Amino acid sequence: MDLIALLAIQVLYAIASLALISVGLAIIFGMMRVINLAHGEFLMLGGYAAIVATSHGISIWIAMLVVAPIVVGIIGVIVEMTIIRFLYGRMVDTMLATWGLSLFLVGLTTAIFGNTTVGISAPLGSFQIGAYRTSGYTLFVIGVAVVVLAGIFAVLRWTRLGLIARGTMQNANMAAALGVNPPRVYAVTFGIGAALSGLAGAVLAPVSGVFPTIGVAYVAKSFITVIGGGAAILSGTVSASALFGTINQIATFATTPVFGEVALLATAIVLIRLLPQGITGRFFRRGL
Amino acid sequence: MNARTLNFLGMGLVGVIGVAFLILTPRFAELDAVLELTIYMIMAILALSLALIWGYGGILCFGQSAFFGLGAYTYAIAMFNIGESTVPLLLAIALPAAFAALLGYFVFYGRISDVYLGVITLTVTLILFNSVNSTAGPEFHIGVARLGGFNGIPGIPPLNYPGNRTAVIDLEGMFYLSTAALLAIYFGLRLLLASRFGRIIVGIRENERRAELLGYDPRAYKLAIFTIGGALAGFAGCLFANWGNFVSPTIFGLAQSAQIIIWVIVGGRGTLIGPIVGCIGIQWLTTALGANQPSGSDWWTRLLANAPLVLGIILVAFVLLVPKGLVPTLGDFGQWLLRARTRRTTSALEPKQAEER
Amino acid sequence: MAAPLLQTRDLSMHFGGVKAVRNVNFTLAEGELRCLIGPNGAGKSTFFKMLTGQLEPSQGQVLFRGHDISHAHAHEIARLGIGIKTQVPNVFDGLSVRENIWLAATRIHPSGRVNDVVDEMLERIDLTGAAERLVGQLAHGQRQWVELGIVLSTDPELILLDEPAAGMTHEEVYKTAELVREINRSKALIVVEHDMQFIRMIAKQVTVFNQGSVLVEDAVENILRNPLVRDIYLGKQAVA
Repeated sequence: MDLIALLAIQVLYAIASLALISVGLAIIFGMMRVINLAHGEFLMLGGYAAIVATSHGISIWIAMLVVAPIVVGIIGVIVEMTIIRFLYGRMVDTMLATWGLSLFLVGLTTAIFGNTTVGISAPLGSFQIGAYRTSGYTLFVIGVAVVVLAGIFAVLRWTRLGLIARGTMQNANMAAALGVNPPRVYAVTFGIGAALSGLAGAVLAPVSGVFPTIGVAYVAKSFITVIGGGAAILSGTVSASALFGTINQIATFATTPVFGEVALLATAIVLIRLLPQGITGRFFRRGL
Repeated sequence: MNARTLNFLGMGLVGVIGVAFLILTPRFAELDAVLELTIYMIMAILALSLALIWGYGGILCFGQSAFFGLGAYTYAIAMFNIGESTVPLLLAIALPAAFAALLGYFVFYGRISDVYLGVITLTVTLILFNSVNSTAGPEFHIGVARLGGFNGIPGIPPLNYPGNRTAVIDLEGMFYLSTAALLAIYFGLRLLLASRFGRIIVGIRENERRAELLGYDPRAYKLAIFTIGGALAGFAGCLFANWGNFVSPTIFGLAQSAQIIIWVIVGGRGTLIGPIVGCIGIQWLTTALGANQPSGSDWWTRLLANAPLVLGIILVAFVLLVPKGLVPTLGDFGQWLLRARTRRTTSALEPKQAEER
Repeated sequence: MAAPLLQTRDLSMHFGGVKAVRNVNFTLAEGELRCLIGPNGAGKSTFFKMLTGQLEPSQGQVLFRGHDISHAHAHEIARLGIGIKTQVPNVFDGLSVRENIWLAATRIHPSGRVNDVVDEMLERIDLTGAAERLVGQLAHGQRQWVELGIVLSTDPELILLDEPAAGMTHEEVYKTAELVREINRSKALIVVEHDMQFIRMIAKQVTVFNQGSVLVEDAVENILRNPLVRDIYLGKQAVA
């Protein structure tokens, strides 16, 4: 029984962390049809931002939940204005340019921080489930994921910004005709996507540590979650995270973490083959 | 001078330079320079494999390093088990080709769009990297060959002359082999692309729907070209395993895949010579920048020696500023010059003709 | 009586809740020339896409010489002998005119003959002078001719033409009508067109589409007199 509870928490954690690392990408892909291959590096930068901030005496909570998103969000806006803006509608070129950006960021952080793993210790200690112990931080990550997803839902559903965003997503020309400024919407969207990635990177930093090439570990997983989920940002991310997270965790539990990951990636490939439009393309077409 | 003559002239030039390079280099260059040039040749073969499937087939493969790595690993494992290199060499071509065919069947017959193809090939590469990386323990072996996980496989026996396992191909021999193979593959691909099959491939890249409505099955053609690309990359991997007598999982890494893409985009899609030039140029550049780093050098030399940083800037700059790549852009420039000259000569003639009238 | 060249049975196409084509029963005899008319959105292009395998019908059947091709791939249907010239010129823009024609001709002609066939076709569509130019650089009307040349080069039994006269000058329209009649001496054709003058030049039998189904099918003189057709279609044209 305790084991099942533990496993349940682990599965929830896997789902939550997948959703966290993917949601920024989902916003950028879903709203702008931009495949950002530097996404993993945005997460990595979030981790570094949090670590640098804590080492300057800022509280770890502020560093993770405020500093990291702001820093990476600003970087995102700069990237949009200097690179992405010139490549709209050229999906493959955007992919290539953001891949270049990813290499550049890896090189830059290696030059600054060196090619070693830095960590911050996870706050919140651990607690007991029967005979097993698990970290309280796990529950915190799950909580952050829930809050982020709920926040996105609220913004998309009930605010003017969300309405504009959904309008632009449906038809950029129409939105422009109604007086919305698409370049600004895109810059803001990209910034928000980057900020959420920064947040995710910072929140996961105590778990995995941070090093310049950590983005590689994130990028494929977040991509297949987004593509597996399909066009709808929220329901897509949630459903794909749920599927992949569960498979990953169960396979990890049965074998090793490496094969858990392999199982996740293999499932994703099969899913994309079966449902090229993603889960929401097939089942929840009208979702957010 | 029309395009056809220019084309033949270009091919002749490549042939002459290539053969001269093949014959002269070992006579005049130091051994370590020959060794360095050998790896350039091997990587140029890898560049050609992507030039073919991306530049001509229009298939953007982010995982070309998967076939490369598979070729290298296949050769290493087969070599430890067999000891004579003929079969390992053939396997190192056949296995990646078969893998490419399988993956290609899955993707093309599943009608998966270009963008997802990139993501799928990237994912497959990561799966291979993760799996091979985690095989460090002694329980992971194929025959007598231990996979070695993240440590890689050291001490891979070199190629030998077919049938004679004691007649090993030495370093100079490797140079001859790699350079000759590159030349043969270059001209082979030129022939292939000039053939009916090659022209249909280009037609499909230009307009897949139209090709289909004319009665060609794009899936079959794409599968064929993708398989050929996989075979070439596998062959390059086999040569690579020979060159350093060592393979490790980084060969499957994203950094490796990114490099191949950069070679092709810098050199130019839709040409064969471009990616070769791009490959050799970029390799030379990263080696030169990386080697030029005495201890205690200032920060910007260190920054320049940082390969990902430099490659990243190059990739972004080319996509934004020279999206066609060097060779096609130079070609356009040359044509523009030619036209400008013709314009000048005709405009110079006109007043004279007017006088004559 | 021999089987018709082309026959559809209850052919329908639904996009989500929208029925673009519904229960179309259409028959074309060997060697026939048929015009399809109807207002925009009547389902003519969707109908063509189902005939050529670009869309899989939601329901119903397409029979070509008695073979069921409803679920065949586009390239298989092309090989059976249905060629299509689409509404927006669908050609290989990055290749020369000669290469365009060559790509089509090489599918059916042996390599020894294919260059002669290409030269003949270039003459026929009057583009010998522009043979080495990139198709993407040609004028709209010329690109229409290139596409026609491509389609004819695969020697199909049935040719579908989607608005062949659109965007053409009066002279070009006349030339196209001439060509269509010439083609019809050996092939069957279905032509979608809005230009009534063009239809008068070529048509005998006309099928009128409206809102996804066949409204009426009759000889061209009767169609032009039919008040129902005028209402939904010609009325607007007459005003314009």
